[in-house]
Amino acid sequence: MADDILYSVRNLTVDYKTRGGIVHAVDNVSLDIRRGEILGLVGESGCGKSTFGKALMRLHDGPASIPNGELWFDGQDLMKVPMKDMPAIRGADIGMVFQDPMTSLNPVQSIMEHLTETIQTHEPKVSDAAAHARAEDLVERLGIRHERLKEYPHQMSGGMRQRVMISLALALRAKLVIADEPTTSLDVIVEAKFLDLLKELQEEFNLTILLITHNIGVVAEVCDRVAVMYAAKMVEVGSVEAVFADPKHPYTQGLLRSVPNIKLDEGDLYKMGGEPPSLLHPPTGCRFHPRCPKAMDICSREEPAFESVAGEQLASCWLYQKADGKQKVTNG
Amino acid sequence: MARKSAETKKDSSSRIATSGQDLVEVKNLVKHFPVSTGLIASLVNRGNIPSVKAVDGVSFTIRRGEVFGLAGESGSGKSTIGRLVLRLYEVTSGQVIFDGIDLKTLSAENMRRMRSRMQIVFQDPLASLNPRMTLGQAIEDPAQIHMPELSSDERHQRVLNILHAVGMNPPESFYNLYPHQISGGQRQRIVLARALITHPELIIADEPIAMADVSVRSILLDLMMKMKKEFDLTYLFITHDLATAKYVCDRIGILYLGKMCEMGDLHEVYDHPLHPYTQALMAAVPVPDPLQRRTTKMPEGEIPNPINPPSGCRFHPRCPLAKEICSQEEPVMRELRPGHTVACHFAEQFLPK
Repeated sequence: MADDILYSVRNLTVDYKTRGGIVHAVDNVSLDIRRGEILGLVGESGCGKSTFGKALMRLHDGPASIPNGELWFDGQDLMKVPMKDMPAIRGADIGMVFQDPMTSLNPVQSIMEHLTETIQTHEPKVSDAAAHARAEDLVERLGIRHERLKEYPHQMSGGMRQRVMISLALALRAKLVIADEPTTSLDVIVEAKFLDLLKELQEEFNLTILLITHNIGVVAEVCDRVAVMYAAKMVEVGSVEAVFADPKHPYTQGLLRSVPNIKLDEGDLYKMGGEPPSLLHPPTGCRFHPRCPKAMDICSREEPAFESVAGEQLASCWLYQKADGKQKVTNG
Repeated sequence: MARKSAETKKDSSSRIATSGQDLVEVKNLVKHFPVSTGLIASLVNRGNIPSVKAVDGVSFTIRRGEVFGLAGESGSGKSTIGRLVLRLYEVTSGQVIFDGIDLKTLSAENMRRMRSRMQIVFQDPLASLNPRMTLGQAIEDPAQIHMPELSSDERHQRVLNILHAVGMNPPESFYNLYPHQISGGQRQRIVLARALITHPELIIADEPIAMADVSVRSILLDLMMKMKKEFDLTYLFITHDLATAKYVCDRIGILYLGKMCEMGDLHEVYDHPLHPYTQALMAAVPVPDPLQRRTTKMPEGEIPNPINPPSGCRFHPRCPLAKEICSQEEPVMRELRPGHTVACHFAEQFLPK
């Protein structure tokens, strides 16, 4: 594994048992997360992006399971780590920020208690005083006055609560923060400020962030690279500049064209036909073929490989591949 | 139509002369929600119960056939205004005049009849549909209430026609399905169909596409615009998303903490935003282009508590331009360009030269 890759996911599949049968919510997906980058993971509801994010911490339970896949985090395959050792990695090495901070925070714990508990659970030798000092430093850095540490979650605004969430992820100096729709419940101005904060943290702490979102604008605003999922499959990955300027997969093309742009003087939005398929009975071949304006014969029969289409831009689409099975070099 | 003119005649006593082009006129609308406090607190504060000033003196008109947008952050009062226009809430003070009739003067029975002329579409279609009613029953329900003169066959046919109009084809195959059996985008089509079945004149669309996926949103917006043409509709389009508003609204009002701060033709407001809040709001909208990243700084703080809103201009604690007068004197709406009004003491500096 190259040194600049912090997390390398290989052929990850996540299954859910449902009454209708087994659903592959994430189906044979590979993705590299580079050190120090903000990687945006986008897709529509049900595409598997949140399941993917949770699987990176092996945070799946109940009807979910991971039948195959490798999760190489910082040189170690997390799939081989005994489940009882996972809690030590969660929080300490990989932090998570969820969409709704109100349901993620304990309503009867002050913010200070949240932070000291997090620090002392993972680092039991840290004294109360030292934990307090660390908590104060951290929240000040995130734009929360340290006097507010004694407050409870309900006393804070939505934006402040989301800052507390990120402070919890940073309290143990996590190398990777997985942020699942962190700004979706925030108003635009608060969202913009939170995104500014993410960028600052990325630079200051050399933080690596996987930003899971359905908001294409947010990706364009803060991400270095973007990964696009459709119906449990990865369809395209590349730098934001490349993907936004020249999206290769017809799904990415349609998705980007249907996003309203406040700065463009265009009359109409692009309308992509159809809706995402049910994962219980996904279409054969390329899963996008029933909606694809460029679908060819082969698209309904065979699944395209996920490979380089232009340098570090990867896509899984027959438009750029030959059916003879000869694969181009993949270097993403 | 015969039924409608009869009804208007009945209400003629309360008719107010308005210019024929305005369908809705909202005058000085105020809605305060009292905050329930404990017994002791209410005894101590007798006669002085705190209230959330959700809407605090908002005026605007919606012209026949236009899409009027109301935009603002959460807590701005935009949804409350939508419900006040339908009289789903009673106003604290002020007037909502629909087609010349002050809704406050209508009896409950006449208000109920009036509602066949105005319908609402909410954000969450699953919450708006009864899970135990088939799609056909759900759509037919308003027709049963408002069009008792139709035979059941006529009503059934009407439902099928409307299903066809909103793109649920073939209509027969959807009639007997339940809401959980269709997708989110289709559910919102059903909600729209139900709103259209009485052939209303005004549709209040409260974040109608906020829950839909990106690829479905543009299709729903397009459908709403098609329906507008087909059914001669007027929309009050409530949204937090200024980028989406751009594609549908003719005019727009920007709300902040229960007050209108700017209003005008959409392109006029977007091209020349005169209020610092509108400017901040527009700058904050993420642009789907990595080469156009935002560099402007965002205003401090978050939207304040509507129980004790700031004095003077409500935006002054967060405003980068605030001067002393802003905390003392409330700015009034002034028309600085034709049809473009703004409530800011210092808006002149942003007028295009």
